[in-house]
Amino acid sequence: MSLEQFINEAISPWMKEEGPDSDIVMSSRIRLARNFERLPFPIIAEKEDLQEVLNLFDTEYHHRTYKNYHDLEFVRMSDLQPVEKRVLVEKHLISPHLADKSVQGGVLISKSEQVSVMVNEEDHIRVQLYFPGFQLDKALDQAFEIDDWLEDKINFAFDESKGYLTSCPTNVGTGLRASVMMHLPALALTQKINRMIPAISQLGLVVRGIYGEGSEAVGNIFQISNQVTLGRSEYDIIEDLKSVVQKLVEQERKARRLLVEQSELQLEDRIFRSYGVLERSRIIESKETAKCLSDVRLGIDVGYIDNISKTILSELMVLTQPGFLQQYAGKSLTPQERDIFRASLIRERLILEK
Amino acid sequence: MECQECHERPATLHFTKVVNGSKTEVHVCGQCAKEKGYVSYDEEAYSLHDLLSGLFNFDSTSLTGQKNTPSHTTKQLKCEKCGMTYQEFTQVGKFGCSECYHTFSDKLDPIFRRVHSGNTTHDGKIPKRIGTNIHQKHLVKELKNKLQQLITEENFEEAAKVRDEIRSVEKDLNQDQGGEGED
Ligand SMILES: [Zn+2]
Ligand SMILES: [Zn+2]
Repeated sequence: MSLEQFINEAISPWMKEEGPDSDIVMSSRIRLARNFERLPFPIIAEKEDLQEVLNLFDTEYHHRTYKNYHDLEFVRMSDLQPVEKRVLVEKHLISPHLADKSVQGGVLISKSEQVSVMVNEEDHIRVQLYFPGFQLDKALDQAFEIDDWLEDKINFAFDESKGYLTSCPTNVGTGLRASVMMHLPALALTQKINRMIPAISQLGLVVRGIYGEGSEAVGNIFQISNQVTLGRSEYDIIEDLKSVVQKLVEQERKARRLLVEQSELQLEDRIFRSYGVLERSRIIESKETAKCLSDVRLGIDVGYIDNISKTILSELMVLTQPGFLQQYAGKSLTPQERDIFRASLIRERLILEK
Repeated sequence: MECQECHERPATLHFTKVVNGSKTEVHVCGQCAKEKGYVSYDEEAYSLHDLLSGLFNFDSTSLTGQKNTPSHTTKQLKCEKCGMTYQEFTQVGKFGCSECYHTFSDKLDPIFRRVHSGNTTHDGKIPKRIGTNIHQKHLVKELKNKLQQLITEENFEEAAKVRDEIRSVEKDLNQDQGGEGED
């Protein structure tokens, strides 16, 4: 398979589109946690109970189309190879927990890969919707529609006082986790983000790096999400998140302007060095890849680089993960082999731009 | 203690897992926890250890005045539907089923307050079907109050009408509930 073809199949169709503020907001996500009223939650349920959930998804939702979500496909985890599961994790369509730990797990995915419904994860049902750029309202409205559609066939565990009942007390109430993935290179470079994170936490929101370990944000990619799910309406939760994201977008734009004005040649030098590394290296590990991709994307956004497509950052962040590398290689690779393979994939990908 | 997955790094995360009702101890290093999916790199990761670790201590302290010694009654609490005890819940940090919420309800509000910025009551979407039930239940309550009022006023003609109204709403309610639970 050619690289072009591989990328076309590997990158979710919605990721190729641009959304509002997509120079900074890479994607918006809504997740709703729901459970069957009658059945124990997956962590404790019997195999037969969980199979009942799987069977319902198979008979009621497999190969159905709901509104503009075409040809939903239901897959059982037990029918997938480890590398196939890994790829779904790297596309954020399923969680590592569903891939490796769930008993009787499954996932319902729309053709656009914008909707994925995880089945028998920590909760029986986790509906996820992705939108490119900053589109939380739209994502929530459509998540509600899918929720209603599922509710036609399923009695959800719901309590008048506690709302939607979930396995973990951190999700009870709305079961909503709204999150936004942001590229904040200028706030990270000027260390401003470190001072902003505590203030954002005060508002009941969580800021964290999405790639890499602990609090480190590899590739200057941050995820901001709500923590509180009980006692506030979904719309209020989203409004809070939106106002913080809006502020961060403004601050990042301002920091970028200042950086360009004040750094003379240093910023431009840094960006073109990173571009050179991506274009020329023969061995590259994932952390350096992320740093260079972040620089190049910043270079595109501030106008130093104009011959590379904007989606390069999100696209290559996904494609250079271990699962994808091995799928493209068609075999399992040692960490050293991966670094070599990663470098050659990036070089080939940049040649496609020419 | 070494990590049970890689046998290289020291285990830094220790927790109990419940699979089909049986418990196993898990001791892993941070890296394996992430790689093997014990801790997802999805947003749930932040919460469990940071958020819940201090939480249950707080709860038992406030109840007994002594750290980490749940009172006798706490130990006995057990969900009839799924079999999870309150003690297990505090260890795992997860409920076993929707009924657990009712069984442990007396102890949960301090936990919810800590996790959800002081909130204990849902204020958001309501399922359509259950939603109409809630509206109907409220209606029945209101009508019953009205009925009492009319009876004390000895307005029996009006009272009879209200009584019929209550019956019809309750009939709807029962039909709704009968229809539920099938799928
Ligand atoms: Zn380990
Ligand atoms: Zn229970």
